Amino acid sequence: MLSRFSSFLFLSFLGLIAFSSCKKETSTIMPVNELDGLQLASSFTDSLNGNIVSLFTPSGKFQTGYNDVFLQIKDKSGNLINNATITWTPTMVMMSNSHGCPASGIIKKANALFTYQGYLAFQMASNSSEYWKLTIQYNINGQSFKTNGVINVVPSTARTLQSFVGNDGMRYVVALAEPQQPKAGINDMVAIVYQMPSSFSFIPVSGYKLKIDPRMPSMGNHSSPNNQDLTQGADQKYYGKLSLTMTGQWRINMQLLNAADSIIMGEQITPSNESSSLYFDISF
Amino acid sequence: MCKKVLSGFLIAALFSGHLSLAQKQANHGTDSLARHLDEVIIITNKSAAQKYEKPLGSIESYLEKSECVNMVRRGAYAWEPYVNGMASERSVTTIGGMRIYAACTDKMDPVTSYVEVSNLSKAIIHNGTSGASTGSTIAGSIDLQPTKAGFGERQLKGRGLLGFESNNGQKIVGGGISFSQPKWYVDVNTTFRNAGDYHAGGGQEILYSQFTKWNFAANAGYKLGEHKEIEASLIYDKATNVGYPALPMDVSLAKAFIGSLSYTQHHISSTIHLWETKIYHNDITHKMDDSKRPYVPIRMDMPGKSRTTGFYSKLVGESGNNHWISTLSGHQNQSRADMTMFANAPGQKDMYMLTWPNVFTNYLDAFVTDDIALSEKFSINISTGIAVHNNVVKDTFGLESLQIFYPEMQRSRTRVLTRASIATQYVQKNWAFKLSVSYGTRAPSVSEGYGFYLFNSFDGYDYIGNPMMRNEKSTSLSAGVSYSKGMLMTKVSSSVFYISDYIVGVPNPQLSGMTIGGNGVKVYQQVSWARIANVVADVNLHLSDNWQWNNNFGYRRGVAALIGNIPFIQPFSYSSDLGYKYKSYGINISMFGNARHNLINPQFGERNLPPFVVFNLSASKQFQIRKLPLMAKAGVENLADTYYATFSDWNAIPRMGRNFYLNLIVSFN
Repeated sequence: MLSRFSSFLFLSFLGLIAFSSCKKETSTIMPVNELDGLQLASSFTDSLNGNIVSLFTPSGKFQTGYNDVFLQIKDKSGNLINNATITWTPTMVMMSNSHGCPASGIIKKANALFTYQGYLAFQMASNSSEYWKLTIQYNINGQSFKTNGVINVVPSTARTLQSFVGNDGMRYVVALAEPQQPKAGINDMVAIVYQMPSSFSFIPVSGYKLKIDPRMPSMGNHSSPNNQDLTQGADQKYYGKLSLTMTGQWRINMQLLNAADSIIMGEQITPSNESSSLYFDISF
Repeated sequence: MCKKVLSGFLIAALFSGHLSLAQKQANHGTDSLARHLDEVIIITNKSAAQKYEKPLGSIESYLEKSECVNMVRRGAYAWEPYVNGMASERSVTTIGGMRIYAACTDKMDPVTSYVEVSNLSKAIIHNGTSGASTGSTIAGSIDLQPTKAGFGERQLKGRGLLGFESNNGQKIVGGGISFSQPKWYVDVNTTFRNAGDYHAGGGQEILYSQFTKWNFAANAGYKLGEHKEIEASLIYDKATNVGYPALPMDVSLAKAFIGSLSYTQHHISSTIHLWETKIYHNDITHKMDDSKRPYVPIRMDMPGKSRTTGFYSKLVGESGNNHWISTLSGHQNQSRADMTMFANAPGQKDMYMLTWPNVFTNYLDAFVTDDIALSEKFSINISTGIAVHNNVVKDTFGLESLQIFYPEMQRSRTRVLTRASIATQYVQKNWAFKLSVSYGTRAPSVSEGYGFYLFNSFDGYDYIGNPMMRNEKSTSLSAGVSYSKGMLMTKVSSSVFYISDYIVGVPNPQLSGMTIGGNGVKVYQQVSWARIANVVADVNLHLSDNWQWNNNFGYRRGVAALIGNIPFIQPFSYSSDLGYKYKSYGINISMFGNARHNLINPQFGERNLPPFVVFNLSASKQFQIRKLPLMAKAGVENLADTYYATFSDWNAIPRMGRNFYLNLIVSFN
């Protein structure tokens, strides 16, 4: 088990190297290419000082579930800032119970000078009366700034996030980070698992395990072999392998186990139980 | 193990694949040993033997008469030849030496289904690896020899065919014209068949057993010099609306284009008599179709294609008492098949997978065979071959899909295949003895190596290929003795194949089936050994100039490690055929039966089958109508309308009940 876990780490490490080395090529023509493959999703102008915080995502949209978000800050003269430290606070402003969502720390994008990155995992979409407000605090050369704006979160086409109360009585949010573009074959699967002690507190859990059982409900609940359950990597995300034998609609049934191996959520798939109460849907 | 005894006519052991060689060696008066081990089935209706066959029968019905071939039947069309009790991937089927790969993942289109009897002159069946010039094999090889007009005196010939069968309303219409000259020739022929559902004994209609087939073939030759010629040949075959009652799907289209160009040179030197080089290409398109089936769990499209380009170059010669043939051949095949399953729920994405992931097979082969006449009575044949076999999975989608099962799998794999055989024959007055030992290897087929969830409707399992397998290897021993004196000709022969690393599907309960309602998943694996034994005996009596009585008995036994009984192995079978001819009349009565099929393997879907016997009756007459010879043959098959299924019937689907047929062949010169 331990060796499998370490081989995961090793593989993820290799993956990181591959990822970064491949980005290196694009960053040779900087700084414009730092935004390759990304589209502007939102931008906030700080009325006090004229700074502009721009938010980018691969699709140019925010959607329910996990979103990789990239940021750039320009001062009022249009210069990109390369030495900011940034934090953010998303808030779902509701008629009654406002709440936050899982949000990562923000770091410099690999091999980038001016682009920062993090992720947000929205539990729900914006609607006419309820909306997501994003507050961004950043510090440049010891000076603190704060800006905020409303972002539009659209519903995802598939269910890739689940918020629930576990068997331990705690509230959790589990979201699918990868694969964003699934393929027939073995996919690297990445998920985030957060505990939610209160409406605005989200803490990544440690030492948990996400067991997966991908199924095709329209194919007699066909499953695939050689999946690897998700275990935690150094960056607190959960890493595993997801085998998909064909294209189509897949349901990734899951069981969340805590560090003591007790089941927090989800059931095993059996002939009489075709679906777990904890699942993601993937369609490609 | 002839189903219908015609072996007296059929087993013309003196034949060889090439006329020039046959002539050469006939002059010498020593028979080639390799050729003694071969079996030749005459298909064109030039020979007198034709009177005893249904001339317009399918190519499958001809092959089924071979002692070493069983035809596995999934319906009325496109039967799969099993040589020596082994499935088609263990043998090599060629058309005029050309390699062709079937395009269907479910074996609905064996190579033999893309030709017509009117295209062919004969089928040469090599047992084991002896004479396996067309490629590395375990069980043997079938070479279907095309018919062609050939060079000769200036002559225009024509032929018209008409046939009807009552049981399934099959109509056969065809014709051909050939024109020969000393310097060139050209011929064309075409056949059309259309049949409805057939009826089993007792009258039960076998739904989805219809078929329509159209075939066209053309040949042309030109003499560049006295001993140099070029020839071109083309076969176009298209079957539509083919039902497969034993399978859950049918076929909407099975189409083949088979073309070749060859150069032949004779009398090159005193030691080299013939040099023949052929280049060829064939292109097969296959489309499965479930639209006629009212109830299926999920609708799907399963198209497949197979393209092969290849060549062979052959030298035939002699020196002293050696008669040798050396062949260099090579081909590249591309096999690709995919499956789209249409989601029942609206709005859901369709499901897609590559069932054959665009596999390229690159193959290069060198083969030498030598007949040595040590004395008038004793001769020996030695043959050996080596091949380089390479598979490349071209499609990354397919490669990544297979890597789910085999993460360490490489895109390309190369292997070396070897084969060799030694055969001896000793002739003493009325007796002839033969003994041969052969060794052969083969690579896994595209399905066995790279198939992805191929559903087998017999055992109900989805099959996953295994690209990590080693070569399958076989050592076989075959022996035969024949005695002929006066009116009696009798023969007993036997062969035993000892196969190691035998490739077979083994259930893996860890894996989840894909096919809805299926039994699970089998993965191709290699078991340490398999043994297949074949015994056949003929007793033929040439009672008088008018009467001929042939009897045939056959039995096979196949067992493999881990799985036990090998499926589709022929139980004891027998046939008897009594023919009478007088002037232009011929009458024939025959029977054919099997003992109980109980050495079965239920793991592969087999079930116990009761013994049966069926009777056939036919009469023929040669007419002259305005100087045009007309051959008419009428008969009835399964006279008693017996309901029966044999060991080689997929899902034990019953065979045809009583069937009246009429074949008319008119010729003009």
